[in-house]
Parts: sequence; C-alpha cells; structure tokens
Amino acid sequence: MKNGKQNSSAGVPIMDAEAIRRALRRIAHEIIERNPRLAQVVLAGIPSHGVEIARRLADSIRAIEKIDIETGIVDVAMHRDDVGTRPELPVVRTSKLPMPLEERTVIIVDDVLYTGRTVRAAMDAINSFGRPARIEFAALIDRGHRELPIRADYVGKNLPTAANEKVRVRIGSANEPDGVWLLKPEAAG
Amino acid sequence: MRIAESTISSTSLNTEPALRWNRKDLVGLRELSVDEISFILETADAFKQVGTREIKKVPALRGKTLVNFFVEPSTRTRTSFELAAFRLSADVINISATSSSLTKGETLKDTARNLEALHADILVLRHSSAGAAQFLANRLKASVINAGDGAHEHPTQALLDLYTIREKRGKIAGLHVVIIGDILFSRVARSNIFGLVKLGARVTLVGPSTLVPREFEKLGVEVSHKIDNVLPSADVVNLLRIQHERQRKEYFPGLSEYTRFFGLTKERAKLLKSDCLIMHPGPINRGVEIDSQVADGLQSVILDQVTNGLAVRMAVLYLCGGIATT
Repeated sequence: MKNGKQNSSAGVPIMDAEAIRRALRRIAHEIIERNPRLAQVVLAGIPSHGVEIARRLADSIRAIEKIDIETGIVDVAMHRDDVGTRPELPVVRTSKLPMPLEERTVIIVDDVLYTGRTVRAAMDAINSFGRPARIEFAALIDRGHRELPIRADYVGKNLPTAANEKVRVRIGSANEPDGVWLLKPEAAG
Repeated sequence: MRIAESTISSTSLNTEPALRWNRKDLVGLRELSVDEISFILETADAFKQVGTREIKKVPALRGKTLVNFFVEPSTRTRTSFELAAFRLSADVINISATSSSLTKGETLKDTARNLEALHADILVLRHSSAGAAQFLANRLKASVINAGDGAHEHPTQALLDLYTIREKRGKIAGLHVVIIGDILFSRVARSNIFGLVKLGARVTLVGPSTLVPREFEKLGVEVSHKIDNVLPSADVVNLLRIQHERQRKEYFPGLSEYTRFFGLTKERAKLLKSDCLIMHPGPINRGVEIDSQVADGLQSVILDQVTNGLAVRMAVLYLCGGIATT
C-alpha cells in the first residue's frame, strides 16, 4: 500500500490563484453589501489559512470602499470538543480580537467548511471575548458533510466531495502559487 | 477519526509546528530539548491571552480530573496549578500531607495507585524526596507534573521565569542572569540553570561558599561569592528565598549577616543596569534577601512572574494532560 506524502500538484485542480482572487473579491463585495455599518465589522481568521484569507478580504474592502476593516485571529484548538480523541494534540495559537465585541459583527473566516465543528469552536472562542451583535461565517470552499446545524454566509466555491476525499488549500505560501486541489483516495487504499 | 484528520490537514498545511509534543509527564528541565522548552513557552503565549478575555475559561481539558498531591506544604504553587486547571475546565481534587493517608503509613506508590483507580488523569506532585515525580511517572498511566521534588527540580517555576525574561527582554540567549542565594538546596535554581544554559544565557550563581559550591561550574555556569562584582553586568537578577526553615546552622551564619553580604539592598540595587530585571519566586522575605523598596520598584517583575506562572502551568497541563489521553 502506497502511503507517500502527496505534493500539492497531485489531485484534481479546483481553483487557481486567479479563481481564488476573484472569489475573494466577490465575497468582499457581498460583505460590503450586507453590512451597511462596515466599521463595525471584524474579520476573524482561523489559523492559519483563515488569517491570510481575512487579510486579503480586508485589503479588497479597503480598495473598494476606502475603509479599514479590523482583522483578528481566533484560535480554535483550545475550544475543540475532541481533545484526547484525536491522533495528535492540536497546536494552540494566540487569539487576537478587539474588545469590547458588543455592537460588532464578527465574520469568522476559514479556508474549508466541512463538518462545522471548527466553526462551532470558533463561535465558542469568540463568545469568551464578549457578546458580539452578530456572528457570520465566510469560507473559501464549502465541501459539504456537515455534522452540526451550521452554514456559511459567504462561500467562495461549493465543492461536492466524498467523505474519503481531501481538500488541499495553498494560500499565502512564500514561493508557490495559490490553489485548491481535490485529492482522491488512492486506488490501492 | 478519518474525518477529523482531513479537517486538520486542510487547515494546517503551511504551518507544520517545529515539534510534535509527546511527553505525558514533566519531571524536570534537564531532559527537555531547546525546542521542547520553546514550544511550551509559545503555547503559554496562547494561554496567557485567555486571561485577558471576559470569560477566562476554555474547554480544553473538560472532563479530565487533576489531583494536586502536595506532600510538602505550598500555597502559591498549588493555587496556581488549581486555577490553571479550572481555566482549562478540569476538575480538581487537593490532597495535602496532613489530610492524606501518608500519615497513616501508606506508601507513595499505593496512594498514587488509589488515585489512579479513581481515574485521575493528571497528578501534580509536590514531594520532599528528589525523584518522587519520576518514580510515579514511570508507574502511572496518568500524566505526572513535578511541582517540586526535594532539592531536585521545580520545572514550572523555571519555565515561568524563562517566560518572564523572554516576555520582558524579547530573548534569553546572550543575557547575563545572576541567581543569588541558597543554591545548594534550591530546586528552583537547579531547574533555572538547566533551562537558562540550554537557551544560551550566561548564568552566574552568587552566595556564600557553603551554599554555592564550585561544583556547580560543572553545569556550565559561573560561581561568585562577591555580589558587588557581578551586579553591574547583570541583565536579570533572580533572588531565591532564604529557606530559613530548612537551613542548618553549619551552612549559614545568620540572617542579618546574609543580608549584609548578599541581600539586594537599596544601595546595592544602584549597581544594577537600569533595565535589569529583578525576579523572585516568592514568598519574599522583605529585608532579608531583598529590600522592600527594591521588591516594589520599577525593575521588579515579581508579580508578572505570578501572572505568567498561571499561563505556563495551563500550557504544561494542556500539553501533558492532552497527550496522556491521546
């Protein structure tokens, strides 16, 4: 049974750098359209890809509306409900959100929406900082297979997948282009 | 857990951590690598942030049971571990020497096995015998955290000292750290020496020759018996408590004489660089190893150490307690 590490070029290409750029620009427009009080919005990225995507959304919104949106980091590792049942301990990272959060709209930003458990943990983490007026969620990819009653408010691309497939996202790498790939399970496996 | 795995791999591709934590126990700093020490300090950064939130509690160790097993008395270390466990949502039981069956002749191993039969997941042990934590770590499935064993090690104290230095000075390598006091009987000094030397600090031990023998030079540190020669080049001064309850007469002339030769008095503090940090693991003996004005002065980070101790202990409980059950 082959079990070697797949490099990013393996798998079916789903989005290239240009497609990601367009999808994020569209999401930025949607955020502007649905949030008349833009200054109240906080983009909270989930490490590590979500942080990069939140930064790009803030850049787009600045370019379109000439307004600086606050960004933050919401770490979910210490809020997960499965510590101790996973093969390895999640690495915790430092969260950073403006306080107070009351009156604010926090938009959670992540690369892939899958079971919904990560978003649930992110909402838990955000609530420990305060009680935002509203929490929304933006994902670059929605691959389905929810295990919780959660949906995204902003989606870059809906991608139907099988549970044994994997979605690989590369964004913000220093020397390789952005992209999204769908990895099929190996035939031998 | 195939589903959880693929969720992880989709979010953590570009940022593989430098290290995968795989210790269920923390017995001392002597056996930790530089990367492991750095990883604990980075993890503590994330937990320190939790203390600034409106709700200072995360569910990371929900459902886990922590036993604070303190055979030697301690208030601040036990309280710090207890609060750290509460903030991680673990349940806590405190057992002290006087309330335990040890006074009825039960052996350490039997007591520990009984705790394990109650499904304790994490055992925080303070014991008067060096090696007690390692003894239990080898025999229990539960995670064992050394909260001080005899004159051996007190790893979380040294980690919080390292954390505080790194936080205040931005680095540890290249700094001159002076540890003053009763080094011979001090597990705090020993753990600090291991950690500081590994992270590249220059360490000088200062105190009377009975309490700071030259043998310590073998650990890669300098030894001096003249405090006034050392203070001007110090970046950090760490004053150890004079454990007068433990002192035997032959080691120690008397408190007033100690203060005269080795106390950090107001006058002596003038020898220090203006950005030199003054640290003390507490509880401080005001007027013995440190003057009140110095302890409360601008260079003192003694209360930062207490705050950071909580973050460091949360990190250690999360890492060791999390791995013990995976």
